[in-house]
Amino acid sequence: MKIRFRLNGETVELTQVAPTTTLLDWLRLERGLNGTKEGCNEGDCGACSVMVTDDSGARTQNACILFLPQLDGKAVRTVEGIADPDGTPHPVQKQMIDHHGSQCGFCTPGFVVSMATAHLNGAQDYDTQLAGNLCRCTGYAPIIRAASAAHDAPVPPHMRDLCPPSADDYSPKNSNDFARWYEQNPDATLIAGATDVGLWVTKALRDLGPVAFLNRCGDLRGVSRRDGGLYIGAMTTLTELRDQIAPHYASFAQMIDRFGSTQVRNAATIGGNIANGSPIGDGPPALIALGARLHLRRGEARRQIPLEEFFIDYGKQDRAPGEFVEAIHIPDQPDVLACYKLSKRFDQDISAVCGCFAISVDQGHVSAARIAFGGMAGTPKRAAKAEAALLGQPWTMASVQSAQQALAQEFTPLSDARASASYRMQAAQNMIERYWRGTQGLASDLHEVTA
Amino acid sequence: MSAGAPLPHDAAHLHVTGAARYIDDIPVPANCLHLAFGLSQSAAGRITDMDLARVRQADGVVAVMTAADLPFANDVSPAAHDEPLLATGQVHYVGQPVFLVIARSHHAARRAARLGKITIAEETPILTLAEALAANSRFEDGPRIYTKGNAAAAIDKAAHKISGTLHLGGQEHFYLEGQAALVFPQENGDMHVHSSTQHPTEIQHKVADAIGRPMHAVRVESRRMGGGFGGKESQGNALAVACAVAANLTGRACKMRYDRDDDMIITGKRHDFEIQYTAGVAPDGRIAGLQFTHLVRCGWAMDLSLPVADRAMLHADNAYHLTDVEITSHRLKTNTQSATAYRGFGGPQGMIGIERVMDHIAANLGLDPLAVRRVNYYQQGAGQTTPYGQIVEDFILDEMTDTLTVSCDFAARKAQVEDWNRNHPTLKKGLALTPVKFGISFTLSHLNQAGALVHVYQDGSVHLNHGGTEMGQGLFQKVAQVAATCFGLPLQQIKITATDTGKVPNTSATAASSGSDLNGMAVKAACETIKTRIAEHLGAVHGAAADSVVFDGGRVIAGAHSLTFAEAAASAYQARISLSATGFYKTPKLAWDRIKGTGRPFFYFAYGVAATEVVIDTLTGENRILRADILHDAGQSLNPALDIGQIEGGYVQGAGWLTTEELVWDARGRLLTHAPSTYKIPACGDRPKVFNVALWDGQNREDTIFRSKAVGEPPFMLGISAYSALCQAVQACGPTFADLRAPATPEAVLAAVMRTQAGQG
Repeated sequence: MKIRFRLNGETVELTQVAPTTTLLDWLRLERGLNGTKEGCNEGDCGACSVMVTDDSGARTQNACILFLPQLDGKAVRTVEGIADPDGTPHPVQKQMIDHHGSQCGFCTPGFVVSMATAHLNGAQDYDTQLAGNLCRCTGYAPIIRAASAAHDAPVPPHMRDLCPPSADDYSPKNSNDFARWYEQNPDATLIAGATDVGLWVTKALRDLGPVAFLNRCGDLRGVSRRDGGLYIGAMTTLTELRDQIAPHYASFAQMIDRFGSTQVRNAATIGGNIANGSPIGDGPPALIALGARLHLRRGEARRQIPLEEFFIDYGKQDRAPGEFVEAIHIPDQPDVLACYKLSKRFDQDISAVCGCFAISVDQGHVSAARIAFGGMAGTPKRAAKAEAALLGQPWTMASVQSAQQALAQEFTPLSDARASASYRMQAAQNMIERYWRGTQGLASDLHEVTA
Repeated sequence: MSAGAPLPHDAAHLHVTGAARYIDDIPVPANCLHLAFGLSQSAAGRITDMDLARVRQADGVVAVMTAADLPFANDVSPAAHDEPLLATGQVHYVGQPVFLVIARSHHAARRAARLGKITIAEETPILTLAEALAANSRFEDGPRIYTKGNAAAAIDKAAHKISGTLHLGGQEHFYLEGQAALVFPQENGDMHVHSSTQHPTEIQHKVADAIGRPMHAVRVESRRMGGGFGGKESQGNALAVACAVAANLTGRACKMRYDRDDDMIITGKRHDFEIQYTAGVAPDGRIAGLQFTHLVRCGWAMDLSLPVADRAMLHADNAYHLTDVEITSHRLKTNTQSATAYRGFGGPQGMIGIERVMDHIAANLGLDPLAVRRVNYYQQGAGQTTPYGQIVEDFILDEMTDTLTVSCDFAARKAQVEDWNRNHPTLKKGLALTPVKFGISFTLSHLNQAGALVHVYQDGSVHLNHGGTEMGQGLFQKVAQVAATCFGLPLQQIKITATDTGKVPNTSATAASSGSDLNGMAVKAACETIKTRIAEHLGAVHGAAADSVVFDGGRVIAGAHSLTFAEAAASAYQARISLSATGFYKTPKLAWDRIKGTGRPFFYFAYGVAATEVVIDTLTGENRILRADILHDAGQSLNPALDIGQIEGGYVQGAGWLTTEELVWDARGRLLTHAPSTYKIPACGDRPKVFNVALWDGQNREDTIFRSKAVGEPPFMLGISAYSALCQAVQACGPTFADLRAPATPEAVLAAVMRTQAGQG
């Protein structure tokens, strides 16, 4: 397969690319660009962060789980391309030196790329921008000082990359192409953001067989208004979804800020998050609580189902061979959604429990209730009994308690490295109380507390 | 003067441009080979069969080695000869290397390593502390016991008796650069080893034994590590030795780096502990008598567990004077990774035990936790001794605590926290101040030595080398500042070079916070030798007394004559004066008997105090660090910027150990948290939002390098204040003592909250 992209300002054309070659390996082994580091080889540490520019702007991604074909028609900037071509340090590089932002230096190239990208985009929410870059030496404080100090410096012109024309003559160009191809190649592995599939290659060392890269299917990407709601293309990244959803469902957007890291959200798609079928994906519980419907397509045949019905059992989804997730649709509704993501670490961690609640109260009584959990069963799952225990009842702590008891009747969570079964149940039950307290004006967000 | 200046890390400009070279970045010949280990999938058992046919046939594989193929020593242990490079008949933990794949690429080696079929007659593994204790599975004959006075009698007579148990988790180092080594075979079968190691001499020693050659046949170089934290004190041996035996076999350069999951599964971590305590306490909170029992999970091999467990005992007092104390330490052997050195080296575990006792006393007696701490502080100048009989001569924590409580407005904030806790139904705050007193010196006294090699070239440029290694702590810069100061030169005149066993031999590990103390002094000695020679020469030439010659501002002044340093060097060279010298240093005053547990193991103590404020959610156990204020004693700092970097980073790493970082093994002994997806070190947003760090304005009482103090490990233990603050927040939920295990994950906090609310201590 043939691809074209720009690397640190220079056009690169590759032919006969092995589709699952990672950018990181190619940079280090083929190009001798050793500044981009391998820290974890699974997209969790950010030492391999690179800046990728496409028509939606410049964003960081993890090179260790980024396959070369995903770069076709885009521009990549590595740490070697952050300083001006004349050697003048980028403002973030200068400030990192002046503020003692590096110690062992191994994570530093990744930080510099993330900081330079944030600087280019004018972003100052550093805790979010840098959540995907782990540093074990500094305790982060000097890095944040450096980022802040660099903010006002002008963006060096070379940072604004132009994208070359695509050269990929293999991957589907739109959803119709893809639908036809996939119907005929139903055993193929679909690659959207590769934030999960990437690990099948780098960690499980699997040969994927035939693959389809969906990054060129622009018509599968983006959020639009349709049929009295939001129609979200499957290839919409979590970053895009967050921005589009924020005006409608604020809590969902806040939860997405904790979904993976900035690098992961820039690559990962909502379609992948759903189709993957993981019991601990954070998208589905929120979408189920919002009554979202899944749009599936096989060839020219399309169907819609309530999202919760897609998840049949652990590792089993209602998806026929050759069928794919085309979109997800959220019907318009008043925003009563609250999403509670519970994990050992606040940022960039996988949920032990993710509880999402949309409970409407009319004249003191519950008029509608949709509750869904991740991490509580083999699939993302709606809490039908807890909902029933609330529906029509007065919105009081007593009703909350009966919903908590109902929860214990319908879920038997597992114990694993993230949490014990009993903790999962206790915390899930307490989340209902937290939601109730929120409606009583007793909002208790740990993040709004200061010293 | 360069020493004391807040200069950046010497490689900062290389770090930020990606030009800093780590092991995996070193150019290699095209035919370089790459290695991976095949690992045991069983925690305990006997290997009955190894079918490696598919491994040998796999793409890119050049050779496969098992223990039977190793011609010389099959041992990568630091001392006890109990860690074979490749398993010999018996396996002892899940992840133990059993065979070695030598292949044309890193990927080919990794793929092939998974194709081995190892048949193991499984035995029941010993995994937990309780299982090990029950089976008397231990290192050393029995527990080590240090005593002073009569603890049991004092506890009996005391007004109050308090006892409890603290479950304390281990910690993965999570250096960002995984373990790595690269070996270039030389003529005559010599080996040139590049290793990401804190201990080049040990790598040299183990490689020499493995290829059956004297140490002189092996040269080990280490320019920098991408983080060490103790995890590269002994854990790099296996990779370097594997590369050397493979290079010996094939005659080709060999490289090995662990993929992150392999790294976490194979290598040792911080020791987890169970600490049992019984204290007899006076009504004012003063400890009358105290008994500690440490159960230490050492894993399958001895590694550095004995000195780690010793250091835990040596820090069981922390900052508190104990008249009657008994510390018992069981070093338990389990079928898990061999626990190893980790920043603090047992000190943090020892210290948190008594901090827990302080909080327990305060809770049970209804006293202020800080008041309980202060009433138990050592008294400076009173000749008080530690439980091991060392007189505490330099105690400065009273003044430091006074200063910090004022600067962080401790009393007023404590009242605000109490007010918050009265008014908020589900979110509770905690504020705690904890001290650190950390002993500086290797407890194995002979390790307290260092060497240096300094060359002055005819142009006045200086080549600097010493036995310390650079892992990010800024040692190379600090020591270069020492050399620049000695010669009165700008820092740019000093060339920092990679640690190299061919230049400075018989080095100790860069560990125990000793790097700048030992190597700074050795470099100073070398510089002084050369200075003396130059001064004697110029004094004779210019009719000045040698001891009147001054080196300052890049010039050398002898009598009425002022020369540039370069002119002075050229003049000395032409007069046939040696401009190269070695330097050597050994720490004075040490006398320690680790079996009796008495003497002076430490040259001095480093001190610190930290106050941390946290908030917990009592519905889920989620918690956040809101603010931390730190005052730390680095003596007369060699480089305040680098020292503050150690303090900030140490605090966050210490707080991580006690909050988000949880290691989980399953019932078969498999580590479940073997990647950053499941093992959570602090992220950017986990640092305290308000984070004030200051250096104590003081000098080391002892004659250390420019009166500075070691700073690598001590600040790690400032993170204990975060744990203590979490205990305070839980304590706000009910009357009984907040029995919080560590790490204080949301699950652990919620469990403690529920117990406290229910009145179960």
